Amino acid sequence: MKEFKYVVTDPEGIHARPAGILVKQAAGYQSSVKITKGEKTADAKRIFGVMGLGVKTGEEVTITVEGADEDTAIAELEAFFKENL
Amino acid sequence: MITISGKSVFGGVAIGKIMFYKRSEKSIKRTRVDDVDAEWQRFQDAKNIAVSQLKGLYDKALEDVGETNAMIFEIHQMMLEDLDYLESIENIIRTQAVNAEFAVATTADNFSQMFAAMDDAYMQGRAADVKDVSERVLDILCGVDEGVQEMTEPRIIAADDLAPSETVQLDKEKVLGFATMYGSANSHTAILARTMNIPAVIGLGESLLPEYDGKMAVIDGFTGTLYIEPDEETMKVMQEKRAKDMEQKALLEQLKGKENVTKSGQKINVYANIGNVSDVGAVLKNDAGGIGLFRSEFLYLENSDFPTEEQQFAVYKQVAENMAGKKVIIRTLDIGADKQVDYFGLDKEENPALGYRAIRICLTRPEIFKTQLRALYRAAVYGNISIMFPMIISVDEVRKIKKIISEVKEELKNEGIPFKEDVELGIMIETPASVMMSRELAKEVDFFSVGTNDLTQYTLAIDRQNSKLDAFYDPHHPAVLAMIKMAAENAHAEGAWIGICGELGADLELTEEFLKMGLDELSVSPAMVLPLRKRIRECE
Repeated sequence: MKEFKYVVTDPEGIHARPAGILVKQAAGYQSSVKITKGEKTADAKRIFGVMGLGVKTGEEVTITVEGADEDTAIAELEAFFKENL
Repeated sequence: MITISGKSVFGGVAIGKIMFYKRSEKSIKRTRVDDVDAEWQRFQDAKNIAVSQLKGLYDKALEDVGETNAMIFEIHQMMLEDLDYLESIENIIRTQAVNAEFAVATTADNFSQMFAAMDDAYMQGRAADVKDVSERVLDILCGVDEGVQEMTEPRIIAADDLAPSETVQLDKEKVLGFATMYGSANSHTAILARTMNIPAVIGLGESLLPEYDGKMAVIDGFTGTLYIEPDEETMKVMQEKRAKDMEQKALLEQLKGKENVTKSGQKINVYANIGNVSDVGAVLKNDAGGIGLFRSEFLYLENSDFPTEEQQFAVYKQVAENMAGKKVIIRTLDIGADKQVDYFGLDKEENPALGYRAIRICLTRPEIFKTQLRALYRAAVYGNISIMFPMIISVDEVRKIKKIISEVKEELKNEGIPFKEDVELGIMIETPASVMMSRELAKEVDFFSVGTNDLTQYTLAIDRQNSKLDAFYDPHHPAVLAMIKMAAENAHAEGAWIGICGELGADLELTEEFLKMGLDELSVSPAMVLPLRKRIRECE
């Protein structure tokens, strides 16, 4: 299992569009990808789950990846968050 | 005449008859099914049709409103294929042995309630998206056609609210405007209306009645007003407003993407002046080549204490990103004189125009200056930012500024915070001293921007607020024009470029003269960008 923390800088938070591209990105991995904000955790491959977290700008999320391709996934996801969120 | 006020989401005036948007009525009944596998399959077939319809809508939207706005239909597809959504539907069908329609309607209610309960206006608005995609599946399951209304005549579309898919499926050629009872400025309908250049007013509330269907109406998208059966006077005013707006839009159509070049081939950049983040929309709408003056004062004037580095960084970054690689010239703090802020604790002065203001504050209170510079250098990573300093009178000031900048960069480097090393630097030419010193100053900076309002007042020694002096005041005074010419020659002699960001830049009587002086840029209010660009193309 691998994880990283990230503070969202997109002024609108993880709204519909970023949630959409995140889900697309996460769906590309064999590993499970979870996103946690506070006490709520969602499957990052499910758009309703991700949007349901209601992540706003300045809030910290933890991304947890577990599975066969977790090394590639964690590195790519971290870059993805920096680039898009 | 009935007048209803709402919220404007897109300017423009629409005049025409109202068509009240009607949806195909369907009532969802709960019925028992025996073969739950077949029912689940029936749902999946309907869902697959819905997804392929959404793909078609995505392609249509891509063409009409661009990729960013079309993305909503891709998100709608994701919603329909979301496992939580599908599991809920399958679960209801299987455990309750009920029809797919009931399962979809129940799931749609639950999911949209989840959004409606969130403490965030934007997410609350997403409840409409869930309903929109679910409606599509329900229409297919019930065998009703999608409810796209055939329009034979151009109409103002009125509705309680319009789903994104409904907006995009309307025949654009025949839609004069949108008027809705509900909806938010964040709704995709609002965004799509803006991108499709259709006047739209939302939030008109329950006073917008279905019985207005077929009645004559006017939307004033600038004020957010809907007039039902307008009287003669209102009609006349609105027709004029509409004509003026159309003229501006026609100009845009004609000039969009074209170079600013005179008949003899001389080129000049036309940028826009802004005073707040919210003005960026107007800059893009008027197709300006960049932002020639972003006054950073609003950050200080709107706050009750010094704006933090993060606050400033977020604003500069947003503007740079929105301008997507186009130049954004940000002027550092220009407080003092007529712009006073309590928490700066400035003394009252006898002669504030000649007093403690702008760069003079920054150089004596470097902690304020450094916060702004740090935010600017960090934000410069995200776009094409240039920095400009106001009220310069000497080379020594510029050297002091550069020394502070090198300290700021050193600090950022040591803290491991990303910033742009090489940011274009310029100064305002607004004092006669800076004109006289312009040859030396040009060696120190990349560009000049002439602030003609202050330069005129300091050169002529005329206070523009004093109406008794009107007889002596000549906005085209040869002394001022000679000042600009001198600064331009000296800038070019040292390889710097020069522009104007004051009111004179928008004076179409002087455009030809400025071109002769060889100015590289004119920055004017967003509304003046297109008329100025037109004027340039008429010059020899």
